[in-house]
Amino acid sequence: MSPPVLDVVDLTTEFALRGGGAARAVDGVSFSLARGEIVGLVGESGSGKSVTGFSLMGLIDPPGRVAGGSVRLNGAELAGMDAEGLRARRGREIAMIFQDPVATLNPLLTVGAQMRMALAAHARTPRRAADDRCAAALARVGIPAARDRLAAYPHEFSGGMRQRVAIAIALLHAPSVVIADEPTTALDVSVQAQILVEMRALAAETGLSLIWISHDLAVVSGFASRILVMYAGRVVEQGPAEAVLRAPRHPYTRGLIDSLPAAAKPGEPLRQIPGGAPSLGALPPGCAFAPRCPRAAGACRAAPPVETREGARAWRCLFPLEAGA
Amino acid sequence: MSAPSTPLALFWADFRENRVALAALAMVALIALAAIFAPLIAPQNPYDLATLSLMDARRPPGFVGSGGYVHLLGTDPQGRDLVSAILYGLRISIQIGVAAGAVALTLGATLGVAAAYLGGRLEALIMRAVDLQLSFPPILLALVLSALLGQGRLQLIAALVAAQYAYFARTAYGAASAERRKDYVEAALATPLSGRRVVFRHLLPNCAPPLIVVATVQIANAISLEATLSFLGLGLPVNEPSLGMLIANGFPYMMSGRSWISVYPGVALIVLIVAINLVGDQVRDQFNPRLRR
Repeated sequence: MSPPVLDVVDLTTEFALRGGGAARAVDGVSFSLARGEIVGLVGESGSGKSVTGFSLMGLIDPPGRVAGGSVRLNGAELAGMDAEGLRARRGREIAMIFQDPVATLNPLLTVGAQMRMALAAHARTPRRAADDRCAAALARVGIPAARDRLAAYPHEFSGGMRQRVAIAIALLHAPSVVIADEPTTALDVSVQAQILVEMRALAAETGLSLIWISHDLAVVSGFASRILVMYAGRVVEQGPAEAVLRAPRHPYTRGLIDSLPAAAKPGEPLRQIPGGAPSLGALPPGCAFAPRCPRAAGACRAAPPVETREGARAWRCLFPLEAGA
Repeated sequence: MSAPSTPLALFWADFRENRVALAALAMVALIALAAIFAPLIAPQNPYDLATLSLMDARRPPGFVGSGGYVHLLGTDPQGRDLVSAILYGLRISIQIGVAAGAVALTLGATLGVAAAYLGGRLEALIMRAVDLQLSFPPILLALVLSALLGQGRLQLIAALVAAQYAYFARTAYGAASAERRKDYVEAALATPLSGRRVVFRHLLPNCAPPLIVVATVQIANAISLEATLSFLGLGLPVNEPSLGMLIANGFPYMMSGRSWISVYPGVALIVLIVAINLVGDQVRDQFNPRLRR
């Protein structure tokens, strides 16, 4: 087996709080990403999944900072790397796609001009060759008449098409890792499904590795080969997508699956996890999920549970659900 | 004909639909042309004291003076033909208004975009200075400065710029700092693209719409500010009367039935300012996404 493209060990990101102290938005996240693999990063709002993405890119601004851990991209350590080194890698080796396709494009420049700029950031390319590459990138993400569309402005594209442009820009330099931060959340379901299918084909074809951040377990379930479930900054469960979904070990994952509308019977109210996500500034001393957990006992409130590994799967729970449950 | 697609063509297509704004734009263009070609169309050079005769002073519209031509709008207390004086006065007003507006725009936009782009202490320093200045009425600043600097075009422009740049700085800062936080700017900054490129291709062009709106309004303001200063005797030398000074010159005669000396320059000034403001209003409406149909 080839070495992982991206290897994250114990990544921790903190945000300094007013009046001293720090909130841990990402707490000891570890995972690795193989070539061509798609990993889904799932969690509620505020669980730290986006901050994890930004931490990997080295895009955490004060008052936040990456407080510890290691991020190895193609063997090079990104944590603690200087700004120049990071700039040279962003966009070329590791790229990111954002949620809002409106804010990712400059409304006053043609798509072609913006793509050429993204290209010029890492490689001086003559105009004609640059246009060829940009058109090819657009065509690859399913934009028809790509060559002509280079002269169009962002407002001439629909939301789904704009997001494809953003994806095309992220793929311009054929990076080894792309972090997608809820890129299909703003799109309607059918467009979302199309983009997912195309992205999966692309990953299989080019060996691109994807980290797909989403709050929507349903999106990730049919798409990612592995799932990481985050809660309050920690990865509470990870493993092969199918196994995690079929037999979750962590009660939080179980709760997420149960609260999917597809899991409810018609006429019955939708199920939800009682309570709300905890504030990162005031986490309970033990398991962060304990206050909402139906299985929690005294020991859960004493210290945060350590990770239990079993084959390809891992979870942080003292009283995991049965493997066959 | 293909459908317009560049931002400029789209903008013009929308602008054309408002007849009032179109008429105002035509009026601004007409006045500007008349002002530019004033030496060719004015019957007299009002700045050439040798051509002035006190025998022709304060004559009503329609009077045939010693020059042998009809004074269509009458003459002023120094015997200047008012048509000529107004044309030359508009020339000065527009020159000074546009020059002051352009310099204030450049200075203000530079400060505002720099503050938004650099952030930190410099941002606080620049913007607090701008805020401080915005708390003074511009007329007061312009008055004090032109009294200190003395008469002359450059001095007047400097006073107007000092009174107005803060509006541009505020506007540019607001637009640039909103743009600065957008993903595409953050993304560009995260790559080896130069900061200059980010500022000139991303930040500045996106600040242009509000700046253009403020610029049209501020040029009109600069013109009326200049007229005010001249009216108070602080603007340009007496032998080069601008519109404000022409109005002031006729002021003592208002009550004695010789109202034309003040009224016609005043009308010229109002028409110019209203026309510029109408154009500015339309531009603002077009740039305002909330008013888009």
